[in-house]
Order: sequence, then structure tokens, then C-alpha cells
Amino acid sequence: MADENGNNKGQKGLTSVLEKVKGDTKALKEKATEEIKIYKEIDRTQLYKSVFRVKHDDTPRGRALGILTNVFLHLHPAKINRDAVRYSYTWGMGGISFYLFIVLTFTGVLLMFYYHPTKGQAFRDILYLEADVPFGKLLRNMHRWAAHLMVITVWLHMFRVFLTGSYKKPREFNWVVGVVLMLLTLLLSFTGYLLPDDQLGFWAVTVGTGMARATPLLGNEGPFGPQLGMNPFNDIRFALLGGSIVDANALLRSYIWHCIGIPILISIFMAVHFWRVRKDGGISGPAPVMLESEIKELKRGAVVAPTKAGGH
Amino acid sequence: MDWQQLWEIASTPDNIPIVALLFLVPFYTWYAFRQARANDQLIGALEGSPELAKTHHRKTLPFKPEWPREVHVWPYLLRIEFLAAIIVTVILMIWSITLNAPLEEPANPNFTMNPAKAPWYFLGLQEMLVYFDPWMAGVVLPSLILVGLAAIPYMDENPLGAGYYTLKQRKWSIAAFCFGFLVLWLTMIFIGTFIRGPGWMWFWPGQTWDHSRVVFEVNRDLPDLFFITSAWGKGILGAIVMAVYYGLAGLLVHKIITLNEFNRKIFKRMSLLQYLTLQFFLIMMMLLPLKIFIRHAFRIKYIWITPWFNI
Repeated sequence: MADENGNNKGQKGLTSVLEKVKGDTKALKEKATEEIKIYKEIDRTQLYKSVFRVKHDDTPRGRALGILTNVFLHLHPAKINRDAVRYSYTWGMGGISFYLFIVLTFTGVLLMFYYHPTKGQAFRDILYLEADVPFGKLLRNMHRWAAHLMVITVWLHMFRVFLTGSYKKPREFNWVVGVVLMLLTLLLSFTGYLLPDDQLGFWAVTVGTGMARATPLLGNEGPFGPQLGMNPFNDIRFALLGGSIVDANALLRSYIWHCIGIPILISIFMAVHFWRVRKDGGISGPAPVMLESEIKELKRGAVVAPTKAGGH
Repeated sequence: MDWQQLWEIASTPDNIPIVALLFLVPFYTWYAFRQARANDQLIGALEGSPELAKTHHRKTLPFKPEWPREVHVWPYLLRIEFLAAIIVTVILMIWSITLNAPLEEPANPNFTMNPAKAPWYFLGLQEMLVYFDPWMAGVVLPSLILVGLAAIPYMDENPLGAGYYTLKQRKWSIAAFCFGFLVLWLTMIFIGTFIRGPGWMWFWPGQTWDHSRVVFEVNRDLPDLFFITSAWGKGILGAIVMAVYYGLAGLLVHKIITLNEFNRKIFKRMSLLQYLTLQFFLIMMMLLPLKIFIRHAFRIKYIWITPWFNI
């Protein structure tokens, strides 16, 4: 009896444990299914919400928040004029120039892994890059052609901005920033020209910096330069090259300007350029045409109006 | 006709951007002028009928009053930007796979390249060296180009044509810019790329680059024409000629600025400083085509000779 009882008890105990485990498993399973259900809706997870912060659904609010809550996209306003997205007006050249700058930064950083800015080594690095580095040739080609393309797109951007009169009030200063950006683009391209340390770059830079010799006042062959005590070892060309000839120091200076100095400068000016586009009231058009009879009287010297076009 | 030579120049990988410009610039110029013409027709119609001017939406683009004024950036702008990025990437990929970046022999200061050309975007400046001394072509004129460009918004007192393509309302400013950009800057780059060969000599497209070619070009200076030999005489004559040029060119510019009723209206809005700055930059810009002309027509190299500089 006792045994039976004991057995019964034992059996009972086992079944209850089994049942408990079964129940627990079921509950666990239910919980897991429930959770998986939630994980399937990825935008309800904590991880997702922590990254994206707001709901991105296909509503006007969701679309606006998609732009406003993204650090990269918030350069854009949430909404723009219906006609401003037209390619025929903008040609997209400013945006493409910026995209090319990103491409150039990306390929440029990769190229820096394979390059030493020292005489002798520099040229060998290019040969190595072209022959042995996986996709090295493609990398170098892409960097070069993107650079050329960027010069073209920057010029076409300037051409478009002029033809649409977009430099006119209140965007005068942003045009000036644009001129500086164009100069920096050309200088970036030019400083990169010497880096392969081949005949092409060497002679182009020799010709280019040779002109600096003739700088008025600051060059040893320029007007009034010798009178001010300029010689080949203290004039502006010496400062550019770090020497009186295009040699190791010129290569290093060129490298540092190309990879660090000018990229920092151009990034600062680009930030101002984009910010001013927004602050000056977004992109300039296509604006409604204005007639000659509607020209308003000019009030010169009037105090700056409190931000009428104050931006978004 | 040396097709091989022509092909060699046009197919040099570093010259591809200029070949591309040959197509891109005319295309975009046409693209802009087509829209400008459409806008000008609209402007004409609106000026003819004040009633229409009151109610018209004033664009040549499709319009319905019930359409919303603004659209969402996502997706209407971002999709265009993404598409542009993809297209540019594809173009770059194809370009980079098919054409290799140039690499010459290692740098060798003892072996001069002939012709030694600057990067293509600076060839306009190098071409200017034919007509001006390096201090002008390489330093002063480029600086003036940059400062002049930056000064454009502050000199242009015409309030019309802000934010739309037009020719009619900004005839002279567009003419001046196109002259500077298309005629001077880009043409000089084309010449520097396609025409200039060894010794920076003029070779017509298709003419063989002859490295031993010699050109007998006797250049003279302006004072030589008047048999002036003394340094003082040369300096004074040059100064006088330059002053006369400034006077005449200034007069011409003034004529254009006050050419018709509309120009005079804008002229009245200009401050003295704006007017003088505009005069200065236009006079300096015209110096280049003038110098090109007298060099080719009269073989005159310098106009003004002083012990310190020559122009």
C-alpha cells in the first residue's frame, strides 16, 4: 500500500511536474509566438524605435518626419515647391557635384592606403596599385574620372545658376561661396595631379607653379618682386613648393593639401553653401516671371529687413 | 589631313572631358535657351494684356489651380537624387573600366615634355600666356576672373529674371557672361587642347605635330612702330595708349549700359561704385580679345613696356 501509495505519489508528482513543464512550455511557446509576431513587425521593436525614433508610415506626417528626423536628409525641407523638382530647371548639377565629392572622398581614402608621398616610392605605389592591388586600377581610374567630371559639373552648375539669375537678391552671398567652392575644386584637382609623380604631373605642376614666380610683389620675376627683395628662395613659389624646384617637399605639400587641407576647407564652405540655400528661401525657382512694369523703386542703404525669406 | 594625329589628341584619356564638354555645353546652352524663349513669349503675352497678367500663374509649366503648391521631398525629390546618383555611378563605372587614367614615365626634371601642358581646366590660362606675360596671364587675370565672378551679384542691379530662364529681360548680362564663359574660357581650353602642339605652336586639327617645325614670326612692340627706342618714351607711349584704351573702352561700355530705355532704367538704379566696378571688369575682360586681335593682325607683342612689367 505504502509502496503503491508511494508509487502513486511518485507518479502523481511526476505527472504534475510533467504537466507543469508542459504548461510552462506552452506558456513559453505562446510568449515566443507572441514575441515573434512583434518581431515580424520590425518597426515595433525597441531596437528599431531607438534607431529611427518616429513612425515612418505612408502618411504626409510620416513622409515629412522621414526627412526631418534624418541627419543627412534634413538638409532638405520636408516639402518643396512642386516645380522645383524639375530637372529642366536645375539640371541637377549641384547635387551631382556633391555626389562626386562623396565618390572622390571614398575612393580617395582607399587610395591613401596604398600610397606613400615620397619620391621614388610614390611612382612605384601607382604601378603596384595598377598591377597588383585587387581593383586597384579601377579605383584609380574612378578617382581620376570623377575628379574631371566634378570640374565639368561645377562649371555647368555655375552656368545654370547664372542663366536663371539665381544669384540675385537674397542669394548674392551664396554665389560668392560658390565661386570659392569652384576655386577649391580646381585646386583639389590640381594638387592631385602631381601625386603619381610621373612626367605628366611633374611638368604640369612645373608649368603651373612657374607662373607663381611672376606674381606681382611676391614673386622673384614678377613686377616689383626683385625690388622688394624676392629671390627664388623666399618668394611665393618657394612657399608653394617647399623648395625652389618641384621635388620631395613639393610632393609632400601637394599630398597634404590634396588629402587634408583643401578637403577640410571645401567641407566647411559646402556646409555654408547648403545651409544658405535653405536660409535664403530654398532653391530659386522656377519662379513666376516678373514684368518690367512691376519693378519696385530701389531703396538704397535701407536696414536689412527682418528675415522675410527667413528659410524653413 | 592626318586623321591619326587628330585621333591621338581626341582619344587621349585626359582629353575626354573636353570632348565631353564639346557635346555637353552646346546641349545645356540649347536646353536653357529653349526655356528662356518659352518664358520670353509668356512675358510678351503678359505685357500685352494686363488682364491676363493679373490672373496667370506666370510659368510655362503645366498648372491647375487645385494642384497643391508644394510636394513632399520624400519621395518626389529624393527619388530623383537617388536616380541621379545611380546614373552617375554607372557612367563612372563604365568610363573607369574602359579608359585608363594616364601614367607617363617617372618624373624626370632632365627631360622636358613637349608640349608640356597644364591640366585641361587650366589650359585657358596657359593659352593666355601667348598674349600676356606670366604675371598677367597666370596671376592677375585669374584673380580678376575670380573676383569679377564673385562681384557679379553686387554689380547686377537688374531685378528681373530672378529664378527663371530669360533672354529678353537680361540680354546684356547674359551676353557678357556667355562671352566670358563660352567664347573666352572654353574656347581657349579647346585651343589649348586641340590646336596647340609642340613648342605651343598652332597646328590646325588634323595637321601633323611636327616637332622640328619652325615658325618665323617676327613680333614687334607697339613703340617700335613709332621708332621709339628710349625707355622713357616706351613707358610714356604705353601709358598713353593704355589710358586711351581705358577711355574708349569705358565709353563703349557706357554706351551699352545706356543703350536703350530699359538699360537706362537699370543704370539709374546703379550706385557710382557699382557702375565703376562693372566698368572696370568689363574693360579688363575686353583686353584679352583685343590683345589676341592685335597680336594676330599686326604682330604686336607688347603695348606698354616699362623696366618692371610689360603689357
